Amino acid sequence: MIEHQNLVCFRGLHLPEPWTMAAYESIGGYKVWRKILAEQTPADQLIADLKTAVLRGRGGAGFPTGLKWSFLQRNAPGQKYVLCNSDEGEPGTCKDRDILRFNPHQLIEGMAIAGYVMGATVGYNYIRGEFWEPFQRCEAALAEAYAAGLLGKNIQGKGVDFDLYNHLGAGAYICGEETALMESLEGRKGQPRFKPPFPANYGLYGRPTTINNTETFASVPVILADREDGQKGCDWFLNLGKPNNGGMKIFCVTGHVNRPGNYEIPLGTPFRDLLELAGGVREGHTLKAVIPGGSSAPVLPAATMMELTMDYDAIGKAGSMLGSGAVIVMDDTVCMVQILTRLMDFYYEESCGQCTPCREGSGWVHRILWRILNGEGHIEQLELLESISSKVIGHTICVFGEAFALPILSFLKHFRQEFIDHIKLKRCGVADGQV
Amino acid sequence: MQDNKSNLLEHEVRAEIDRWVAKYPPEHKQSAVLSALHLAQDQNGGWISQDLLDAVADYLDMPRIAVYEVATFYTMFDLKPVGKHKIGLCTNISCQLQGSDKIADHLKTCLGVDFGCTTNDGQFTLREVECLGACRNGPVMHLDKTYHENLTPEKIDEILAAVEDQA
Repeated sequence: MIEHQNLVCFRGLHLPEPWTMAAYESIGGYKVWRKILAEQTPADQLIADLKTAVLRGRGGAGFPTGLKWSFLQRNAPGQKYVLCNSDEGEPGTCKDRDILRFNPHQLIEGMAIAGYVMGATVGYNYIRGEFWEPFQRCEAALAEAYAAGLLGKNIQGKGVDFDLYNHLGAGAYICGEETALMESLEGRKGQPRFKPPFPANYGLYGRPTTINNTETFASVPVILADREDGQKGCDWFLNLGKPNNGGMKIFCVTGHVNRPGNYEIPLGTPFRDLLELAGGVREGHTLKAVIPGGSSAPVLPAATMMELTMDYDAIGKAGSMLGSGAVIVMDDTVCMVQILTRLMDFYYEESCGQCTPCREGSGWVHRILWRILNGEGHIEQLELLESISSKVIGHTICVFGEAFALPILSFLKHFRQEFIDHIKLKRCGVADGQV
Repeated sequence: MQDNKSNLLEHEVRAEIDRWVAKYPPEHKQSAVLSALHLAQDQNGGWISQDLLDAVADYLDMPRIAVYEVATFYTMFDLKPVGKHKIGLCTNISCQLQGSDKIADHLKTCLGVDFGCTTNDGQFTLREVECLGACRNGPVMHLDKTYHENLTPEKIDEILAAVEDQA
């Protein structure tokens, strides 16, 4: 059973109009920011607390936030930036939209603290272009925060500057890649940059930059807050989850469940409990497969998933990724050939075109899969799919290549027979029980 | 020297672009290009003409080719005339599992057009789009800047009727 829910990014969700400053302050909002300003808390201490909490990046990579923040030297001269990646677009993921709509102030507080810790006086929140409603909520929240004197120059007379702006994208999945996002923010095509140099040295406008996901920033104020029982927030946060996987995570459960939704629950919760929370699989059907971390994460069969806990380490060990926390549930009516073809349609559409293996590879695998799906496949094509995928991995500037190659390998590993049957039958056999 | 086309942007649009430009360092006006293109598109009934691309470039002191690059890269910019309203239905994995095929068929039947087409009366351009980031309430579509979630055929009928009433 899941004991606690909605204690971090969704802590204000029960309030009427939780997006207002009044609602946010009623649950302790901006207390941490005010305290840091008043006490001029040493940045090292804040970073140490984040490390204790083991807050791992919520955008997909799971990189420890405290460590990332320590890469930017607070006292280094010149302009530095903090960026929030609200370019949510990983298929199956819909959590940042709800943070932007329902708890924008907690994101603002988290970004302000980040700016303070790293000595960055300017921040941008890059919101995907389709998110017009969330953008407006964020604009309203920013106006409230400025009016309350919590952002701007010489904040609260404490000599701290932090200006924050909302930026709006224009439709491109690749802009969720951190260096593509910077290119886009600079007014160019969103094509990823070669790394190194890393953003901590050469980021936005060539300046040292730290970029985190929306959910990561929004988790920070809760971690740095003192608890009512005297416990340190960072200890409480770590204990919510499990060692090396601190805190709660929002899981976006979609697909063939009775109650699709965003569920903020402790990391380390058994998958079967999360499935139950989402109402279980549709009546009369059984679980077939789950993509546990967004469409770029390898698929896992039902039997594996039912034994797993939902945390970075357990899912990584099982051969997939926790990724963005998008849990895509598929029941026994699903044709795996069709699903993989649809996913490759997406990657082919969204490849930025910069690297040959990705640009050509995504189209090639899509054409092969389309032929298999439509009864024109040959058995040798399965090995060809694997060969193409393995030649894409590691040979592109960004991880978009892996994002489509790893799912292909996983579908063929776990559901190969279904592809073989599809080729032999020249059609799908799932619906009529042939497979 | 080419003619400066900045004046093709309406006065209010230029004022709004100025507000965006102010968010970025003075030497990085180009950062406002996506917003400027959104605004130019809204001014022009949902698409951006060659002249308006040039106008945005001239207004932001960018080479015109740099604006063409951007305008052709991002999916939200239309460079040819479109319907009065844009509908984009997500058919990606979560929406599909939650029934977007049925919604796609219904939309196509109601509007009498396939994906990628505009209705004869010029009211709607219908498109298949990639993940809109509202998966928990799929199937999802956008009608211009507004999301419509948990779609059913009945809900589509209501949404389309409401637009037609406005017209």
